[in-house]
Amino acid sequence: MNIIVCVKRVPDTETRIRIAEDGVSIDPAGVKYIVSPYDEYAVEAALRTRDATEEGAATLLTLGDDAAQETLRAGLAMGADAAVLLRGEGSPDGLATAKGLAAELEDADAPLVLFGIKAADDDQQQVGPMVATLLGRPCVTGVADFDVRDGKAVCHREVEGGVEVVEVELPAVLTITKGAFEPRYASLKGIMAAKRKPLEQKDAPPAEARLRVLELEYPPERPAGRIVGEGPDAVPELVRLLHEEANVI
Amino acid sequence: MSDVLAFVEQREGEVRGVGREAVSAAARLAEDLGGSTHALLLGGPGIRGHADALGAFGAGVVHVGEAEALAEYHPEGYAPLVADRVRAGDYAAVVFPATTVGKDLAPRVAALVDVPLASDVTALAVEDGRVVATRPIYAGKAFARVVSDVTPLMVSIRPNVFQPEERSADAAVEVFEAAVDPSVWKSRLVEYRAAEGGALDVSEATIIVSGGRGMKDPSNWNLLEDLRDALGDGVALGASRAVVDAGWRPHGEQVGQTGKTVAPKMYVAIGISGAIQHLAGMRTSGTIVAINKDPDAPIFGVADYGIVGDLFEVVPRLTEEVRALKASG
Repeated sequence: MNIIVCVKRVPDTETRIRIAEDGVSIDPAGVKYIVSPYDEYAVEAALRTRDATEEGAATLLTLGDDAAQETLRAGLAMGADAAVLLRGEGSPDGLATAKGLAAELEDADAPLVLFGIKAADDDQQQVGPMVATLLGRPCVTGVADFDVRDGKAVCHREVEGGVEVVEVELPAVLTITKGAFEPRYASLKGIMAAKRKPLEQKDAPPAEARLRVLELEYPPERPAGRIVGEGPDAVPELVRLLHEEANVI
Repeated sequence: MSDVLAFVEQREGEVRGVGREAVSAAARLAEDLGGSTHALLLGGPGIRGHADALGAFGAGVVHVGEAEALAEYHPEGYAPLVADRVRAGDYAAVVFPATTVGKDLAPRVAALVDVPLASDVTALAVEDGRVVATRPIYAGKAFARVVSDVTPLMVSIRPNVFQPEERSADAAVEVFEAAVDPSVWKSRLVEYRAAEGGALDVSEATIIVSGGRGMKDPSNWNLLEDLRDALGDGVALGASRAVVDAGWRPHGEQVGQTGKTVAPKMYVAIGISGAIQHLAGMRTSGTIVAINKDPDAPIFGVADYGIVGDLFEVVPRLTEEVRALKASG
């Protein structure tokens, strides 16, 4: 089964974020970039599904600049078969990004299109279901596990208070969260092979970003806390403070 | 366009607290814009009985769509109806709760109506006659203040941040024909499995008792369960990534960048060192308490109160003292 996985290049989650001088973007100096963590679960899901259905290709798609090639190579190293770089600008407007991806996916012959549930930079959690809506395909979000049988994907999704089992007819879009699809590490052989796998570049249609950043700010500092004491003997004082000062119990 | 629409989430025929938060947030915006507050409530037959009560949170008009097929949230039923309501009105903003339902629904509505969406918003304001939304980025390491070039701006608001405010308004309830045809839907719910023991979800708890690697073994979680029970209602268990990855606790309990973001009244971090990715998920909690044997653990940097010590001695004592406090009335 052909599967397409949309991936995004984001700053490493360990990175200390500094606001750039323009006040509306982050300073890229010293930032290390990775494949967005949830996208890795999606790539893993694609590889396992491809292998289980025994034919078809797992193709990666990303909207980005030249540097995004490295993100695609990382996914190819895990075992994906091919990649497409849509050259265009990301923006804070998820719908603009979704339109660019949807235009590319419109005629794609892939019963399954996967996304990570959200990107670890803007945390907007919207592009997957937006693309599905633009394509007129059904979409299940927050899928921790799924398998494909009889033209359907049977998905386990986490919701508040439990797990839902949802069946969706293919072709469909799924957004993947942490669960069954622990991503494999790329082997050295995989990394070498990735260099020879097809990576196509195309221009994305011009995107009209209509959500704009006025400014970025740092989070408000929490006032300094204090160590109440050491060991169990500090507990009565802690409880007193929680009751009388913080009013939480 | 100065009216604001709130999507009111219901579950099992009851309006959820986040629904009231959405109405209140919408009402505050509408007041600043000089417009009126509308609410949209979809559900099974009889849901209209809950519409009047939304007036107490500022809704001037409540649009109600009732149908058997709408009793439970389904994206293929709900999204087109919400989009229809948005197009029929003249809204500056549409407010959804950023719950599992809201985060699934809002992007679909935004795509149908063709307007941008700001997700997981933690503040809303009106500046120069337009709506400005503040939202966290990079797991809360920074915040972005955003505006839209077109109206309405769709937003989903982070739960437990926008306090519901009672204000008097008489809601005019308008029930509309909800046209839904489940036979054309392409997805269906086969089964729902509730979490064991009907445990409260971490994202809905007022107090979270959270355990990390310092707990040493999954069999020690009874210590945290005892503390949770002693603290009373509205308390859930949370977990760090390390113990979820180790298979000690379910992913649904994980707090942090690849887990849930929570903002309870109190977060008790037990045997958790405080990695950046964990802090991202809980640093906006009201009161943070940390118990750890390492005085240099980063968690103490965000905690309001900390105890340095052996959690196996401190936690049982804490449970005892909390019980004593509650018993003394």
